[in-house]
Amino acid sequence: MSVATAFEKARADGRAALVGYLPAGFPDVAGGIDALRAMVDAGCDVIEVGLPYSDPVMDGPTIQAAAQQALDRGIRTADVLRTVEAVAATGTPTVIMTYWNPVERYGGGRRGGQSGVERFAADLAGAGGAGLITPDLTPDSAPEWIAAADRHDLDKIFLVAPSSTDERIAMTTAACRGFVYATAVMGVTGARSTTSDLAEPLVARTRKTTDLPVGVGLGVGNGDQAAEVASYADGVIVGSAFVRALLDHPDDRAAGLRALSALTADLADGVRRG
Amino acid sequence: MTTRVDATTSYDADEHGWFGGPQTGWGGRFMPEALVAALDELTVAWHEAMADPSFVAEFDAILREYAGLPSPLYHAERLSQLVGARILLKREDLNHTGAHKIRNVLGQALLTRRMGKTRVIAETGAGQHGVASATAAAYFGLDCTVYMGTVDTRRQALNVARMHLLGAKVVPVDSGSATLKDAINEALRDWVASVDHTAYLFGTAAGPHPFPSMVRDFTRGIGDEARQQCLDRYDVLPDAIAACVGGGSNAIGLFTAFLDDPEVAIYGFEPGGEGVDTPRHAATIHAGDRGVLHGARTFVLQDEDGQTLESHSISAGLDYPGVGPQHAHLATTGRATYLPVTDAEAMEAMALLSRTEGIIPAIESAHAIAGALVVARQLGADKGPEATMLINLSGRGDKDMGTAIEYFHLGDPDDVTEEPVGDVE
Repeated sequence: MSVATAFEKARADGRAALVGYLPAGFPDVAGGIDALRAMVDAGCDVIEVGLPYSDPVMDGPTIQAAAQQALDRGIRTADVLRTVEAVAATGTPTVIMTYWNPVERYGGGRRGGQSGVERFAADLAGAGGAGLITPDLTPDSAPEWIAAADRHDLDKIFLVAPSSTDERIAMTTAACRGFVYATAVMGVTGARSTTSDLAEPLVARTRKTTDLPVGVGLGVGNGDQAAEVASYADGVIVGSAFVRALLDHPDDRAAGLRALSALTADLADGVRRG
Repeated sequence: MTTRVDATTSYDADEHGWFGGPQTGWGGRFMPEALVAALDELTVAWHEAMADPSFVAEFDAILREYAGLPSPLYHAERLSQLVGARILLKREDLNHTGAHKIRNVLGQALLTRRMGKTRVIAETGAGQHGVASATAAAYFGLDCTVYMGTVDTRRQALNVARMHLLGAKVVPVDSGSATLKDAINEALRDWVASVDHTAYLFGTAAGPHPFPSMVRDFTRGIGDEARQQCLDRYDVLPDAIAACVGGGSNAIGLFTAFLDDPEVAIYGFEPGGEGVDTPRHAATIHAGDRGVLHGARTFVLQDEDGQTLESHSISAGLDYPGVGPQHAHLATTGRATYLPVTDAEAMEAMALLSRTEGIIPAIESAHAIAGALVVARQLGADKGPEATMLINLSGRGDKDMGTAIEYFHLGDPDDVTEEPVGDVE
């Protein structure tokens, strides 16, 4: 199933789609795959696999801690692709969320007439991955990725922010495929106690430029918040709260998976109430 | 006039910040969309300020009356005799706060005030840019928060105290390697959430457009002054110029005025740490690969998967795994030559300059001295003692005395002897 199909299916059900994020390799590669599958089983419609990176400028402390743990255990980009393959095999569309440098540098960068970007796109498509979310790459800096994504029929999910001008939103959505990622707050990833009042007007501005579904991320952590966001957005994106569920059970994986499933069920209920 | 802010060179970026074009070149802007509006706003404000004579005049007046500029160009005669060529030192160590960095922060803080923002944030490694930022914030009455890795807050406690005395908040950063690159990450995270009222005083000529070009404009006075001082005194341009390169702000500040003087050879000296054949160095141009770090395409010390590697230099101010994109451009076009200088060579030069000229340089600047003297010896041999090497002495060494005491086994305060002690040759 493609990302677009997952959103269409949710829309046909009269609800928003639930998009769930975890970094690959957390708590380790096999444990990360188990966790992502548990999220699929409990109701995530789309999965985002994070590619742990040494300099994650858009991430708050929760996701930083998980990604650092994965890096400390020696996660490689190949392990991230392996994770994508395992999750995509469930039939749930799976995208990678990644900072840009690891894509450019994949497989050692440009070698033998092939760029790292092209190699990454080919291997992501080969693993059954649906596309990329690129938090530090905007379409005006992305000609190489756009070309590679088009060659391999991958989704290009760029971000719009409350600070984006209408012109930039139009430029960004024109380059997106799959869905548009609207950042609900001016800030980094992390669950917040209240939802943002910047998100709804941003979604409205974004819709004026595109028919693509609009997902809202940053700061959503429970079913009530998901319901609120689902009332105006096509997708609710949750990351740090899932990571937190695992971080809270460092020595008991079964308990971590139960917490993850319970949170997923709460959020899945939320997107149906919105 | 100390700075020719309106001048351009053949090596400038295009309007999108690309040095050498977007396909094969360097720089650009690889940043979260949330920050693009602020970077665009900054770009417009910077262009307008540069074109506004009243801004330029005020910048110039502050540099003269507050920072003590222009800095002298000093003929180091004993050093010149030693190497057989004329050695000129651009004395940025004499500036207020002790380094070239005051130029950049005063320029950016003046621009911040012009933009109506009330708070500044900065990252710092050794603490020099943090202290300079805190100083500029105090001067302009701005709130100031400085991000600093916990590895660095421990080894640079004196600079933390200076920032506190100047009224700045210092936030210790424990993530990642807890050094300069992580302090930049944390400052960027702050900025994403505070961008409506906060300016990011970036500490070097790196990062996303417009920082590499804007920081260059604010520091290019180093070279503009030195070029004129050299012409006034000797009626010729130097045969070669040299600076140390970490992120590269003092180097681009010196180089810019000479880029279109093809007869002037340009040298940048990178921190070779324990040797570029070991993993412990920060010689990014020499040993790094093309990549993207902190918003710019440039040379990056990185592993096969594009994860940033931890760099090492005895000089905290050069300890950065990236480099300003204009330096990447100058290196690949061949306009400038970048060579590594090891920790040991730099420390030897620190001692040499101290004992031959009575100037204790920052260890950063000692890299430039070490590398430039090797080149100067050859110049002198080829062209005679009139051959001129102009070196940017970017900062003074007071902050580095802790490192020097340890490295040279200098005096124990409880056991002072009549003779100088230590392992200085």
